[in-house]
Amino acid sequence: MSVATQALSEPTKPKPGSPQRRGGRRAMKSPYPTWFYLPAGLFYILLFIIPTGASFYFALTRWTLFDIEFIGLDNFAQFFREPALLQGFTNTFIYAFLTSGLKVVIGLLLGVFLTSQILARGYLRSVIFFPVLVSTIGVGVTFEVLLDPFDGLVNQSLAALGITGPGWLTDPAWALFSVAMVDVWKGVGLATLIYIAGIVAIPADYFEAARVDGASSWNNFWHIILPLARPATVTVVILSLIGGLRSFDLIWAMTRGGPGFTSDVIASVIYKQYQAGFYGLSTAGNVVLFLVIAAIVVPLSFWLNRKGTEA
Amino acid sequence: MTIRRTRRLVAAGALATTAAMLVGCSGGGGNSGGDGSELSIYIDSAESTVAQFEGIIAAYAEANPDVTITTETHPAGGEGDNLVKTRLATGEMNDLFYYNSGSLFQALNPDQTLVDLSDQPWVDKLEEDFVTTVSTDQGIYGAPASASFAGAMVYSKTVYEQLGLEVPTTWSEFMANNEAIKAAGITPIAQTYGDTWTSQLFVLGDFYNVLAQDPDWAEKYTNNEAKYVDEPAIDGFRHQQEAFEAGYFNQDFASATYDDGVRMLAEGTAAHYPMLTGNVAGNIGSNYPDAADAIGVFGIPTDAEGVENGVTVWMPNGMYVPKSTEGAQLDAAMEFLEWLTSPEGCEAIADSVTLGGPFVVEGCELPSDVPAIVSDLQPYFDEGRTGLALEFLSPIKGPALEQITVEVGSGIRSAEDGAALYDEDVEKQAQQLGLEGW
Repeated sequence: MSVATQALSEPTKPKPGSPQRRGGRRAMKSPYPTWFYLPAGLFYILLFIIPTGASFYFALTRWTLFDIEFIGLDNFAQFFREPALLQGFTNTFIYAFLTSGLKVVIGLLLGVFLTSQILARGYLRSVIFFPVLVSTIGVGVTFEVLLDPFDGLVNQSLAALGITGPGWLTDPAWALFSVAMVDVWKGVGLATLIYIAGIVAIPADYFEAARVDGASSWNNFWHIILPLARPATVTVVILSLIGGLRSFDLIWAMTRGGPGFTSDVIASVIYKQYQAGFYGLSTAGNVVLFLVIAAIVVPLSFWLNRKGTEA
Repeated sequence: MTIRRTRRLVAAGALATTAAMLVGCSGGGGNSGGDGSELSIYIDSAESTVAQFEGIIAAYAEANPDVTITTETHPAGGEGDNLVKTRLATGEMNDLFYYNSGSLFQALNPDQTLVDLSDQPWVDKLEEDFVTTVSTDQGIYGAPASASFAGAMVYSKTVYEQLGLEVPTTWSEFMANNEAIKAAGITPIAQTYGDTWTSQLFVLGDFYNVLAQDPDWAEKYTNNEAKYVDEPAIDGFRHQQEAFEAGYFNQDFASATYDDGVRMLAEGTAAHYPMLTGNVAGNIGSNYPDAADAIGVFGIPTDAEGVENGVTVWMPNGMYVPKSTEGAQLDAAMEFLEWLTSPEGCEAIADSVTLGGPFVVEGCELPSDVPAIVSDLQPYFDEGRTGLALEFLSPIKGPALEQITVEVGSGIRSAEDGAALYDEDVEKQAQQLGLEGW
């Protein structure tokens, strides 16, 4: 792990003779001309900035593919009157915080476990990461079959143990929770990977010093790994929270928001409105979603990163 | 299931691309400029639709060897609606397309996108009910490409015979039958919320009974004067709630699929299934031919005073010609439609799928060996106890009905709440359509 340590410590003690370093500091100028930004910038403007801007306008209209009618803020008024919306909002937050929290806890534990000296470490690392590589829809469809209340493998196994499993995806009390668990199963590999990178980047000096002082492995974890893996925690929290807030594909593949509206999240409410042809309304919903995510994640990221540099 | 769902998502992706670029590029049929020797039809990918068009194409190849017809499929349901609308809007529609009549047809903006067929010779042979569902004030746009069907209570004659039950005409009799069926250890009512659309039939199939109590209900509904939350329309929601609370549904109602529902009836493990006869007939024809005489149908019973229950009738989908079809292609398309509405065309349709009700074209007769589910309907037609489904009488159909009826039928929401929620859902649809008074 000396490579990582070296990489981490390099910025703090730059080699005076390093040519890149010198060039960068002197002129503050990239070796490449500015117009190299052009292709990427063009795509960014064309595929992101313009549609985003346009959606702010279309959110104020009732439009079809044939014509547009400007109706002011009616769509937003309608959207907030939507009975499914309150539940969608609640579910979205439950889902986002639940998956994000579990990914942090489980990811950290797995990260610690997979950086310790254990047998078949490489193999276990790839096993943990594997679900990340599988298509979300594939995961959703597979788990829908596994979680079938009567013929599914899960409940059949439980039945063999004498336990009557709930209707994981068909019982309103369980549906959202079940999907969240599958999301954690699928996403925890990435969180683990980030934690592994964060933990191996902690300079070995700390652990050596701790060993000299006779620290237990619990002390190691609590006083060294946890605080020094903070950048990893920040990344995992932000990534999984954003992912959770705008999650759609897994929920749609597994329950389509059902039964009824009980596992609807904002994104699936919006999708159903779009599907029904309420284009203006669903555009307004997307604008709301955009603003809500921004309002949560921007301050959060600012706060977490500031704390990170202080520590 | 798996395949369909994946396809839906693929289609959603395709739609996003198409919409974003605003140039339809998803491999549409070359329409204008052809010499009329090849016609392309855009159809939905339901098994029965595909089978039906295979039959039509084979028969037309014999009748008219100069023209080759090909089909292109899109997923059924909401994604399909979007694809059809996008293709029409961008002028990339195939030479012809097969699509719902009634409220979904109205949402296509027919006056601007479709070719008026009112001058065609076969239009006079069409039943008036069908014509109204494919027309606007300015023209007639659709030709029927299938037969009508009913939304009613499909039931197992085997179970009824075993238990010596009578076909009920009132809701109380129906519930009494259910009690007896349950006591015999058979599921009284099959419900299949794994396919959410199947949950709507308690409400939609009850519409004949609503109209029987208030013949102007549909018009009032369109004018924002009648609501589902009031009598008589709320009965459908209440029936569903009652049946759930009585414990008459199959144990796995929340996860069972439509195919499971038909299987339960065919095997006699369930007695009733409120469903569309067109779908069930097709399913019996291809999967359970032995059960053709064991599955019958009756109108959804009602306790409303002075109302003899009847069946709610759905009109077949139409074939439409987009304005982008021109010249020789247009002539070939018109020739095809004339053949399709002739007795030969009807015969080709009847040969390829098991139909769930009578044709809507004069001179077209069902084959003599129809399953019981169709022959049971005949008395209702003879006695005039049939009425069109609401979606053919009003352009408004809220998109969330199937989720709402799943909730009512699963005990998550009460009938009153469900009906009120549906009234709100419908309001959005009316506003999107730009109707007066909403």
